[in-house]
Amino acid sequence: MLEAALAVWDSIPVMIQTVTVLVIEVVALVIPIMLSVAYLTLAERKVIGYAQVRIGPNRVGPYGLGQPIADGLKLVMKEIILPTKANKFLFVLAPILSLGPALAAWAVVPLYDGIAVANIDAGLLYILAMTSVGVYGVIIAGWASNSKYAFLGALRSAAQIVSYEIAMGFALVGVLLAAGSLNLQTIVNAQNGGVLHWYFLPLLPLFMVYFISGVAETNRAPFDVAEGESEIVAGFHVEYSGIAFGVFFLAEYANMILISVLTAVLFCGGWLSPLQGVVPDTVFDIPVLGHLLGHGPHWLLAKTSFFLFLFLWFRATFPRYRYDQIMRLGWKVFIPITIVWLLVVGLMVVTGFGPWW
Amino acid sequence: MNTVTNYFKSLLLIELFKGLALTGKYIFAKKITVQYPDEKTPYSPRFRGLHALRRYPNGEERCIACKLCEAVCPALAITIEAEPRTDGSRRTTRYDIDLAKCIFCGFCEESCPVDSIVETRVYEYHAEQRGDLLMTKEKLLAVGDKFEQQIAADRAMDARFR
Repeated sequence: MLEAALAVWDSIPVMIQTVTVLVIEVVALVIPIMLSVAYLTLAERKVIGYAQVRIGPNRVGPYGLGQPIADGLKLVMKEIILPTKANKFLFVLAPILSLGPALAAWAVVPLYDGIAVANIDAGLLYILAMTSVGVYGVIIAGWASNSKYAFLGALRSAAQIVSYEIAMGFALVGVLLAAGSLNLQTIVNAQNGGVLHWYFLPLLPLFMVYFISGVAETNRAPFDVAEGESEIVAGFHVEYSGIAFGVFFLAEYANMILISVLTAVLFCGGWLSPLQGVVPDTVFDIPVLGHLLGHGPHWLLAKTSFFLFLFLWFRATFPRYRYDQIMRLGWKVFIPITIVWLLVVGLMVVTGFGPWW
Repeated sequence: MNTVTNYFKSLLLIELFKGLALTGKYIFAKKITVQYPDEKTPYSPRFRGLHALRRYPNGEERCIACKLCEAVCPALAITIEAEPRTDGSRRTTRYDIDLAKCIFCGFCEESCPVDSIVETRVYEYHAEQRGDLLMTKEKLLAVGDKFEQQIAADRAMDARFR
């Protein structure tokens, strides 16, 4: 049976084989991401509810677990309204353009040693490129809507995203200085050796700047002036309804997950176990427990969940920034901090400072 | 010196961490949500809900058509028409309260010399058609008959303060 299947497999041309494997890999990656996006919306409402001494949604299914499905169904059933004189092609293209890069960037994220859809040497560069393309979705959405409000909202969002892109890029430069590689696998492996070897310690300011810029990049509270539901309508996606709006919504949450996973990979050792060096190495040889405590994708999952929780916690805590303060923070605070710390990192690398180099 | 400490404070995000600590504490606090249809909060015997017309224990309706409630009603929600009955007593032939106009101020109940029109504790009612919110005399008397026990108990509890 197995041999017959293998024989059929071998008879397929190599090109089709590669494509099939890739498609399976992509589907296996995208479906869990979309599911986590759906349940992240529920988690958000629950966490914010708990912080406000409420219990959050609990009516649809046990513990409200059916809520994301109900929300999704509602959005799918609704009409997608095309504004008059809107550019139809761009109007439909924009949500796709904003979700696409958020998913595409996952191709290089290493889930475990050697496990990634594409293990390319320019991984970090690819991530930077992909996250930058997301801003086109915003601009095109605002432009194609043929509405002044959407257009102004798009300008606000785009300016904010572009500003924080710079600080974020510099923070990533710190990581690549420290690891000496653009390959994400290599970056994680360079952090091997216990919690103190992870880059969040030597690169603490860059770590902070990266994560806060990540919050600003995804237009999340307290940097959500673009949406600002209590002040202005909805920013660049005012004119969108139904599932077209839903796709923007998915893109926002997919971006949050992406930023979280990248923070975990670049600064917190990805799949590396925090117990390494804390407990004796013999523990990792115990059959089941050892696998749980040792390196593995579940640690990446745990770290990502922690950063996602931080996103929600921030939203439950901080009041919204004023727009000029956002710009001041991005240009006058973050960029100088990152540049200064890049020099420090350079010195540390040259002198072989601490346990890191 | 002060500026330096301020710089450090803002760079180390001290105030932000304080804020996070506060909300973090509340995440583990006891939740105060009342899940309404399953759980209800206690409410006062003075609650001003759905209106009712009461009767005397012998079954005679209390209302004597003095029209004080109609006069005092700030929302002009009450309409009364009256005629002498064959036994010579003065009773209403029409007593309408438009719940769509009513502001539930309770003046009608206060003005009533015979404790006829009252506002009950009932607040879970609804209307499916436009006319359903116009409470006619029959409907009001039916409400009164249905909740007489609770109405009487609530008035007795509040009697000391009247």
